[in-house]
Amino acid sequence: MSEKEMADDLVTDEQNSQIIRKTLVKKLIAFIQLYALYIIIFGELGPGGGFQGGVILGSSIIIYILIFGLEEGRKRISQKASDLFSSTGALIYGGVGLLAILFGGHFLQYSALPLGEPAVANHYGIMAVEIGIGITVAATMIILFCEMIGRD
Amino acid sequence: MADLILLFFLLVCAVTAIVQKELLNSVIILSIYSLIMAVVWVRLGAVDVAITEAAVGAGISTVLFIAVLTRVKRREEITRTKLQVLPLIVVLAVGATLIYGTLDMPDFGSPTAVTNTHVVPRYLEKGVEETGTDNFVAAILASYRGYDTLGETTVIFTAGLCVVLLLRSNKKKL
Repeated sequence: MSEKEMADDLVTDEQNSQIIRKTLVKKLIAFIQLYALYIIIFGELGPGGGFQGGVILGSSIIIYILIFGLEEGRKRISQKASDLFSSTGALIYGGVGLLAILFGGHFLQYSALPLGEPAVANHYGIMAVEIGIGITVAATMIILFCEMIGRD
Repeated sequence: MADLILLFFLLVCAVTAIVQKELLNSVIILSIYSLIMAVVWVRLGAVDVAITEAAVGAGISTVLFIAVLTRVKRREEITRTKLQVLPLIVVLAVGATLIYGTLDMPDFGSPTAVTNTHVVPRYLEKGVEETGTDNFVAAILASYRGYDTLGETTVIFTAGLCVVLLLRSNKKKL
């Protein structure tokens, strides 16, 4: 076998392993994101919460960028979108707190929200806050990773 | 016994991560360290912390370390230094003091420990009724200690903001 043929073989091997990786990641991401959402939403019933779920949600995008490259990844979630989500989550958290003031409670006193019994309102308040944390954490993890690997 | 084995592996991982000159190896060993630590947290009954340790320590921080390694030199320079006696004595003395300090700590899970007699009974009695949440960790973090968690979220947001300000290249200006 000549040297050129061996080099060609290597290239096809490389491409084949790319196909395996890409297919695997495409199939896996759905499950990772579902698990992340489960951890965010059920964080108040079992272990987990917005922070952990957000990290896992962010990693699902990061694993996509690792395999497909930064440019392909940025087509899925643009720089603008991740910047926007990063601040949106914190705003949701603060917004829920301010809403409680509007309805006559203290800052972050979710039980003042008009959603039924105080305990039920508190339950929904915690859920909204956890979702806010999740959005901020996920977007921030994506930003951190993208800015660190992004070449100038 | 299992705890002792886990502790032994933690020590081995920690020392190896420091001694390694190839930084990529250190990063991988640190991720193994976090994974073992996650098992330790489960054994201590802190499942929320275990999930955080597994997701952040073993997962995302490893990836971020490797991302940083693409920007810096991957090998630590080998420097030979003489054994320094005074720093060694200081380190050993501080370590001994810290271990001596743990002798006064209450037993793990002791019902008479200060942490278990102050506010914890109050949370356990009224928690479900007041917050409508079954997971006490979530109830404390998001409801009773809502201010702290708002601060933490802001810290994470600020960290992202700082990285953007420092690392993002502004092509329009250049």
